[in-house]
Amino acid sequence: MVALPPYALSMGMFTDHDEDGAPVIAMDFSERNTGRPGFLHGGAIGGLLEMAGFATLHAHLEREGIDATVRLKPVNISIEYLRSGLPERIFAYGEVVRAGRRVANVRVEAWQADRTKPVASCWMNFLIAPKKGSEG
Amino acid sequence: MALSEEHAAEVARMLQADHFDPSLWSKMMNVRGHSGFLDMNYVAHGDDWIELALPWREDLVGDPETGVLASGPIISLLDNATSMSASTRMKKFRPQVTLDLRIDYVRAAVPGRTIVARAECYQTTRSMAFVRGIAHDGDPTDPVAHAAGIFMLVQAPQFMKVK
Repeated sequence: MVALPPYALSMGMFTDHDEDGAPVIAMDFSERNTGRPGFLHGGAIGGLLEMAGFATLHAHLEREGIDATVRLKPVNISIEYLRSGLPERIFAYGEVVRAGRRVANVRVEAWQADRTKPVASCWMNFLIAPKKGSEG
Repeated sequence: MALSEEHAAEVARMLQADHFDPSLWSKMMNVRGHSGFLDMNYVAHGDDWIELALPWREDLVGDPETGVLASGPIISLLDNATSMSASTRMKKFRPQVTLDLRIDYVRAAVPGRTIVARAECYQTTRSMAFVRGIAHDGDPTDPVAHAAGIFMLVQAPQFMKVK
């Protein structure tokens, strides 16, 4: 199980369930993630996508047996906003496209009531850096 | 009036204003919702650019081992600043939604430092605003992030569903 950082917890994000070994991260609508009145803030959706991206890559590296020895640094993110974020629970799930020795590419999708109608999607690149004191 | 209704009423007033005052907008809007939670505030603006700041806070940290701010709040700050730069350039609040936003995390922000986003709208068409910006933690020549985005200009009813 991947622990969510303080930012994710203060935004109300949580692991809803696991799917094929990676977590689906969810967030309920609240004043804290409201953008224009009655809709989710694009930045909060971006933050959720990113958390799901981190979580799926951590889960992947854990299966490879190297998660404890590396630190993940986000290199970039590109978000496509596809639909307005409605005032209800939002989910995000990421898939590792490729994880090499130094860089990993992850795709993430967010949806609400209907999974076939994504609210936003993104790709992210991560740098996989050895943790200080461990051999990567 | 409920908080959300007040919020909607303020946005409705902004939609009718014949000019755009980034400082006033920031004072009204950045106390509410997500921007309010993040304590975003106005720093400065010019013809087609605006600066917004986001103070470091422990509950916004992404890595508890280092105290480095999560990147989520930086996305939100750049989203707000780039969006406001479009209305700043157009001299009127134009309802808009984010279509696309790309952010490069150039380096980790130093824990404890306030992040400043400087965003610029470099082109607008009838339906789109093209924006770019950086975020830094003290020195604009040594940014922590670089952003490029596109906002879609929409009609007021699409922007906000008012009952």
